[in-house]
Amino acid sequence: MLTLDALTLTQDDFRLTADFKIPTGTRAAVIGPSGAGKSTLLAAIAGFLTPESGGIRWQSSDLTETGPGNRPIAMLFQDNNLFPHLTAAQNVALGLRPNLRLARDETKTVSAALSRVGLADHQSRKPAQLSGGQQSRVALARVLVQSRPLILLDEPFAALGPALKAEMLDLVAELLDETNATLLMVSHDPADARRIADQTILVADGTAHPPTDTKALLDTPPEALKAYLG
Amino acid sequence: MASGPIAIKRALPGWIAAALVAAIVLGTLSAVAMRAEPGRGLGPAEWAAIRFTVSQAVLSAAFSVLLAVPVARAFARRRFAGRRLLISLLGAPFILPVIVAVMGLLAVFGRSGILNETLRFMGLPEVSIYGLHGVVLAHVFFNLPLATRLILQGWQDIPSERFRLAAQLGFTTRDIFHTLERPMLTRTLPGAAAIIFAICLSSFAVALTLGGGPHATTVELAIYQAFRFDFDLGRAALLSCVQIALVGTAAIAALKFSTRDGFGAGLDRPVQRWDAAHPLLRIIDTTAIALAALFLLLPITLVILRGAPALTSLPTSVWAAALASILIALISTVLMLALALPLAIAAGIHSARLETVGLLGIAASPLVIGTGLFIVINPIADPFALALPVTATVNAIMALPFALRILTPSVRDTHANYDRLATSLNLTGFTWLRLVLIPRIRPNLGFACGLTAAMSMGDLGVIALFADPQTATLPLQMYRLMGAYRMELASGAAVLLLGLSFGIFWLFDKGGRARADA
Repeated sequence: MLTLDALTLTQDDFRLTADFKIPTGTRAAVIGPSGAGKSTLLAAIAGFLTPESGGIRWQSSDLTETGPGNRPIAMLFQDNNLFPHLTAAQNVALGLRPNLRLARDETKTVSAALSRVGLADHQSRKPAQLSGGQQSRVALARVLVQSRPLILLDEPFAALGPALKAEMLDLVAELLDETNATLLMVSHDPADARRIADQTILVADGTAHPPTDTKALLDTPPEALKAYLG
Repeated sequence: MASGPIAIKRALPGWIAAALVAAIVLGTLSAVAMRAEPGRGLGPAEWAAIRFTVSQAVLSAAFSVLLAVPVARAFARRRFAGRRLLISLLGAPFILPVIVAVMGLLAVFGRSGILNETLRFMGLPEVSIYGLHGVVLAHVFFNLPLATRLILQGWQDIPSERFRLAAQLGFTTRDIFHTLERPMLTRTLPGAAAIIFAICLSSFAVALTLGGGPHATTVELAIYQAFRFDFDLGRAALLSCVQIALVGTAAIAALKFSTRDGFGAGLDRPVQRWDAAHPLLRIIDTTAIALAALFLLLPITLVILRGAPALTSLPTSVWAAALASILIALISTVLMLALALPLAIAAGIHSARLETVGLLGIAASPLVIGTGLFIVINPIADPFALALPVTATVNAIMALPFALRILTPSVRDTHANYDRLATSLNLTGFTWLRLVLIPRIRPNLGFACGLTAAMSMGDLGVIALFADPQTATLPLQMYRLMGAYRMELASGAAVLLLGLSFGIFWLFDKGGRARADA
């Protein structure tokens, strides 16, 4: 269970509060108007932003003081999810060994992950030689080998076309089925939420609201969300 | 952004490097200041040196900038085959050894140079290259290309839409000059002149070879003479203080004026000029470029032509000196990296102010630091025995500001783009350095190393202060051969030095670009 305990985040004159729990295995979309603080919430959970007050816990351990790399979290950002000078296999391998010194069975794990996302033949390509969709697949393969219980997606597929984005979300859903990880996914598209997230966290008016059922929320949106959805 | 503890850990070596540079520069400066005997005051010889230093720098800056205007204008509004090559050649004086250039200028303007041979043939009086005009000539040779690059940058900063609009409105060339070009020149020229003025203030090798005597001695040269000939450390220290004040003031002024580094990215983009088709303008531009190319290329070509045959008959002393120079160049490069990389990392994360520490080296000239180091080392060890390590250290510190300007922006980009990813993957410490930073900044690293190695290879400064007769770098050995009128051998050594300087630059630069991707 992920616990956001009376969390207050501030950045200059921006302020966001969150106080709720997310049960293990939940797939939650984080939606709300732009500038409401969706990415800020994820940055704090991932450890890139120190909360002004309150705490973040995963199961029984307090994460508030833990560095980003040591949290039980795998995260994908809006861009720059791959190092352009490293091959697909190396980029994936970083999820296992940040120093790239892999044992033999770890090399196999990397190959297996790339095969799992359909890139078995592209292991030694560099990101520039891959399409946008393939680059996303490499990043997902890394998330797979990281095998962290909590996955944060900060709109990593925003630059992809609708069909490709749907394909990636389905792949994410499949990976979650296999690993039973917990997902928090920022999106500005309600369709994304409906596609793979049964729960939705609404971020609006300086508050991240507790997760509620996605379908119910989108069918009868509260005022703050209605204005955004139009 | 890197989170707190990691950022501090990454910046720490940078602060140590900054402290080290500050200690070396400020330490030697205070050693010099304490050793100086202000009670003696400045005698007529010192005042003459100050006057000469300032006046030659003013003249050099003025001529370089004024002559550069037509050349830059020609490059800005013409496109022709070889334009790119010529523009990149404008960067070459940066790594061209001064002593080689002097050799080339002697081949053209010297007593038995082409010019005087021609004058003699025509029965006209000869001209002498020695003295004020020789020093200024050499400085213009080195700084005309720099000025051209800086001014060309100004031209390229005028948006091409303005020229299109001007053409649409039927502007004449004169109209364009008044509305577009003159305002740009009034902004650009003072900065370019200030930089060149500051550079020429600490001229040593040119003054050593083409100046000299009571009427053509720079402060830097006077320090050397007080040191070498009179062994008057007090006077050398006093002159060093004068030099610090001069160069420090000029460097601060130049920094205020300049926001550009003059390495000139993107200078190969000509702007379409509808007004420039006039045949007369075509002739003017062609002449400007041809004369500039002749002035810059002829001396070097003559050195190569004269020196190449002597290459096979060079004595072992020259080869030994070449070996020493290569060694010094490599050690300087390693030292530069050890200082610049941590500094660039810290400046990239923390404060750009750290970068200014690197500029300390500019404010203190090589001979001043050399004098200071001598004063510091003298009581504990034999300074002459340490000639090579001292030279390598001073060269590294002199290259530091350039290296930082090359490295810091790329380090900053790497941070901005890949820091969150690296942090979330726990890529820290040496792993981060090896897997993320170094590969990302490799081309810049190669360029910085090439520049440092080449500058160090061609340097004739501190080594002249410290070397005993048995020790020499290649530039110093060349100078000694010239002093002994062994011109054939000196030319051969010049070709060797030229090859080594450009070769080592090319190797590093190429090494940085190889396998560089996306």
